[in-house]
Amino acid sequence: MLGTTILLAIREIRRHMLRSFLTTLGIVIGVAAVVTMVQLGNGATAAVQQNISSLGANVLQVRPGQGFGRGGGGAQPANFREEDVEAIASQIAGVRAVAPQTSASVTAVQNASNWQTTLTGTTADYFTVQQWSLQSGRVWTSAEETAGKAVCVIGETVADNLFPGSDPIGGSLRLNNVTCDVIGLLVSKGQGGFQDQDDTVIAPIRMVQRRFTGNREVSSIAVAIDERYDADAVQASMSELLRERRHIEPGEDQDFNILDTAQISEALTSTTTILTMVMAAVAGVSLLVGGIGIMNIMLVSVTERTREIGIRLAIGAVGKEVLTQFLVEAIVLACIGGFLGLLLALVLTAAGATLVQVPFMFDVQINLLAFGFSAAIGVIFGYFPARRAAALNPIDALRHE
Amino acid sequence: MAEPLIALKAVTKTFGSGQTAFQALKGVDLEIEEGDFVAIMGPSGSGKSTTMNILGCLDVPTSGEFLFKNLHVEQLDRDQRALLRRRYLGFVFQGFNLLARTSALENVELPLLYRGEAKSARHKAALDALDKVGLADWWDHTPAELSGGQQQRVAIARAIVTGPAVLLADEPTGNLDSERSVEIMELLTALNRDSGITVLMVTHEPEMADYARTIVHFRDGLIDRINGEASSSALAGAG
Ligand SMILES: Nc1ncnc2c1ncn2[C@@H]1O[C@H](COP(=O)(O)OP(=O)(O)O)[C@@H](O)[C@H]1O
Ligand SMILES: [Mg+2]
Repeated sequence: MLGTTILLAIREIRRHMLRSFLTTLGIVIGVAAVVTMVQLGNGATAAVQQNISSLGANVLQVRPGQGFGRGGGGAQPANFREEDVEAIASQIAGVRAVAPQTSASVTAVQNASNWQTTLTGTTADYFTVQQWSLQSGRVWTSAEETAGKAVCVIGETVADNLFPGSDPIGGSLRLNNVTCDVIGLLVSKGQGGFQDQDDTVIAPIRMVQRRFTGNREVSSIAVAIDERYDADAVQASMSELLRERRHIEPGEDQDFNILDTAQISEALTSTTTILTMVMAAVAGVSLLVGGIGIMNIMLVSVTERTREIGIRLAIGAVGKEVLTQFLVEAIVLACIGGFLGLLLALVLTAAGATLVQVPFMFDVQINLLAFGFSAAIGVIFGYFPARRAAALNPIDALRHE
Repeated sequence: MAEPLIALKAVTKTFGSGQTAFQALKGVDLEIEEGDFVAIMGPSGSGKSTTMNILGCLDVPTSGEFLFKNLHVEQLDRDQRALLRRRYLGFVFQGFNLLARTSALENVELPLLYRGEAKSARHKAALDALDKVGLADWWDHTPAELSGGQQQRVAIARAIVTGPAVLLADEPTGNLDSERSVEIMELLTALNRDSGITVLMVTHEPEMADYARTIVHFRDGLIDRINGEASSSALAGAG
């Protein structure tokens, strides 16, 4: 009997292609939105993790502020000073290399092209600590570093945009009116996450401080730890040193943070996860609206098909069969909508992944979940119209115009 | 004499209640033998359709008894009556009432679907029924592609496809010209004669009623005459 009912439902759906399509549209869009959001979110999370793991193990990031990526209330905590960097390098055991960083947003100009990018001022150690290698050219010498020479190493994105088809090494570019010689080109780290890692210009910190930030502050410090030492112990002694240097009383909250790669990864991952969930919830609402759409059209369809229901009842259909037929129709419609939604999500995820540069991730679980949910919507929102159809009086229904 | 197939005993039907209550049937007694061909006539509003709806198990009397194969239909619930219709009855309506955008074959198959027949059996039975009404070649046409007479013949095929005991037709020729009407009446006569189906038909036209063996006249919610003889219920009502 159920087989027959499904057959009847499919016949009915086929007979009203346009109406059926419009009915399912809400579900299609809702399912596609939810699945795409979650899959892209997963992709973003994966990209973030990939990025962070490219920071390398045994590297600590020291930043002012209370938490990674979290803006605390109150006054902006002070940046570090160069003396802090020197103190870390000289007083903490197990530190292999220290790279102070300061950055500025700049417009890089070469001939007629210009490009908005981030300038990072640091020391030559930065390349070791952050595991950047060069595909051509060289890193600046310590003499150039101390002198604060206007030289820079650029990422591939900058090179592609300002030196298309030509070798950037030996060329020069203007960064906010400071002419800088390009001496090195970084190996691409690939794009991913929320930012393009190759969209960067790296220069001696002294030069950046003098000509861009106008102070001698350091906005963050990357510290590479000797593998033979315990990272937690090094982290603890660094924390102690910095508390002392920043005059933080015992028991008082510290106004800086030291995070290792795993901790950063955790913080960023939870951020993207929350973001994904919020977006998926918004998309979920549209799925619900899609369900109400199904109910609406099924109700209209019950009225429209009153005479048909009368014929079925006169022929000998019992109420339950009419109810099942309408319910199955709603479920089949919702499932077709769900399936089309999944297909659309596949396309959208692929397109979106390319667009925002995150890996394409197919999530079996969310696909199954969204499909199950659309079937459930069919049941819930199909029941009311179906019950109404089944309760019709055959004589009145037959007389209906 | 054998038990009648159908018996109405003092059947009344009242629509609405209180001030607006209207008694459409005022005590109808009627017996119909198996294999009969009955025409129900009478002025508009005299209760013909109300009686047909009760005989078709689509509606129940307000009081009185309705026996079908000695079964007290007035005591059955909605679903039981539906199963009775499915098993024993076929309907033909004035307005054809075919499913739109549905081929003749699928329309005729519909009652078989509710009987859970297998696809091949359904096809065969539906084609046979279409053949009986002379529309075997038209099986894949939708109602919009058929004339009124053809649509009514499809409707008759749908009504007989299950091999019912009774065919109920409320003004089956009401929407057709006289030539088509004669075709339909000849079809009903043939079905009655060859398949032994009991036919109950409402009609306004004496020419159509002439095809029937028994003619029942209604007046004001009562049976006035049967085959020209005054009915007992009419006498009782008059008395
Ligand atoms: N559902 C209903 N509600 C109220 N009155 C009705 C209903 N059905 C029929 N009637 C009334 O009952 C009377 C008999 O109707 P009907 O049996 O349809 O007459 P007819 O002999 O023309 O077929 C009419 O006066 C009609 O108005
Ligand atoms: Mg009538």
